[in-house]
Amino acid sequence: MEQLMANLKRQIIEALNLKHLKPEDIGDDQPLFVEGLGLDSIDALELIVLLQQQYGIKMANPQDGPKVFKSVKTIAEFIQANKAAA
Amino acid sequence: MITHHCRIVNKTIIVDGVVLFHSDAASLDDFLLDAYKALKIDYPKFYKMDNLSKAGFLAAEMLLKKSPALKYAGEKISLVLANAHASLDTDMKYAQASQSVPSPALFVYTLANIVAGEICIRHKIKGENAFFVSETFDAALFESYVSMIPADHLCLAGWVDVMGKHHDVFLYLQDNASPGKPHRASTLNELYKKEYGTVNG
Repeated sequence: MEQLMANLKRQIIEALNLKHLKPEDIGDDQPLFVEGLGLDSIDALELIVLLQQQYGIKMANPQDGPKVFKSVKTIAEFIQANKAAA
Repeated sequence: MITHHCRIVNKTIIVDGVVLFHSDAASLDDFLLDAYKALKIDYPKFYKMDNLSKAGFLAAEMLLKKSPALKYAGEKISLVLANAHASLDTDMKYAQASQSVPSPALFVYTLANIVAGEICIRHKIKGENAFFVSETFDAALFESYVSMIPADHLCLAGWVDVMGKHHDVFLYLQDNASPGKPHRASTLNELYKKEYGTVNG
């Protein structure tokens, strides 16, 4: 789980062009949207693409987005659950 | 009156004829990031912009911080921009990326006037805006179009063109309430060509 979250932070910085941040600047439970990292709706789409490209996971229900993309930890949990289910 | 002008060419930022920043960065991407850091601008969204928006953003930043823009309500600041390559630089990157999975972050920059939107968001500009595409810098177009902007408006106008390594920016402020050079095509041509008559390839 720790390794997965570390990888995710690097991938999020790369995919979302957050070049002003380092992986250690992103907390595991830090909110990604609005008051946290300040991500927006386009970033949410990029995160969906990231899940598909890096982990082969397609989000079946876009309504799950806010819950899944709440933090790095919730994304990691979603990846683990869906990889296990696959 | 033309009160201030900013030129970005040959990896150099010149404001009112004074070189503010130069970098020997290997790429345009690196130059724009170097400039952002050196000029101590704090606007994280900059990192997400395409190079066209970054170039226009930097020039606007240089001008609007020099101007008494705060005395104008957002509704009374207008924007008139033009270039030769529209958003082709990003269009090509998007087409390339789309061979695997299309990138939403690239897609949103596949319109030339997104640079205008970025500048408006940053400076809360809500006035008239227009974006033209022409083969070369057309001073006569700016003279005629900007003259139609209401006299009590501040207008940010000019040329912002990016394609691959090529970057050619000339933005200026037209402000009837402040002293400056007369807003004529001849003056605009003179400022555009001054010192940097040939642009990078």
